[in-house]
Amino acid sequence: MEKIPVLKMGEILLVTIQVDMHDRLAMALQEDLTRMISDTEARGVLIDISSLEIVDSFIGRMLANIAAMSRVLDAETIVVGMQPAVAITLVELGLSLPGVRTALNVDAGMEVLRSSVYGQKGVYDGRIN
Amino acid sequence: MTVVSTENVPVQTEPDVVAVRRRVREAASRLGFSLVDQTKVVTAASELARNTVIYGGGGSMQLETLNGPRTGLRLIFEDKGPGIADISMALRDGFTTGSGLGLGLGGAKRLVSEFDIFSQPGEGTRVTITRWK
Repeated sequence: MEKIPVLKMGEILLVTIQVDMHDRLAMALQEDLTRMISDTEARGVLIDISSLEIVDSFIGRMLANIAAMSRVLDAETIVVGMQPAVAITLVELGLSLPGVRTALNVDAGMEVLRSSVYGQKGVYDGRIN
Repeated sequence: MTVVSTENVPVQTEPDVVAVRRRVREAASRLGFSLVDQTKVVTAASELARNTVIYGGGGSMQLETLNGPRTGLRLIFEDKGPGIADISMALRDGFTTGSGLGLGLGGAKRLVSEFDIFSQPGEGTRVTITRWK
């Protein structure tokens, strides 16, 4: 079956969505990510959607679900690289992705995740990044 | 206003929804729509195609390119499903009889220039959207 690959980098899971997803593929990604967070004890999830030409209500809901589920599993999700035309359309559609953290690109997103994942830890065990 | 070209696209399965997005994108880009307008009409088409599959039990999309005083793209989604009992309710944000967000119909309406819905309970639904360039 078609699958969207998830890469593990330290305590962060990386996903780059590069295909036009049909709904079942989006659902599968949601389930894969949730399972992987729990299996790998990941603390952060970065989803790069810079190749996505649209985000409709279904994909928007998937992103919101992933963010909510990962939060429950003590991991932070950040969605990066949304194209400006997609952002304009999404808001007009009526979706503002409440609860989903975003960053302009992968670099900025990694920065946010690192400081929240490793920064928090630093408080407890003295390790800083 | 003249209809320059007409094309029929099946909307029966989930992968068909992806095919609809691709066809609408191609047509909008060929008509010279701006990137934002392309994105809006493709997103609206995606919402309506999903409705056709999920609630209508499958149907079709007719894609028309329009010329005349104005250039535009018209999409007609048709199914022979159970129909919509209360259209004004169905257009309301947050209303759904399924498992979605209830943004499909109302959201699609906001993304296009003209929106028309005709539904007969027990016979089917036809949604027509037009986006002018």
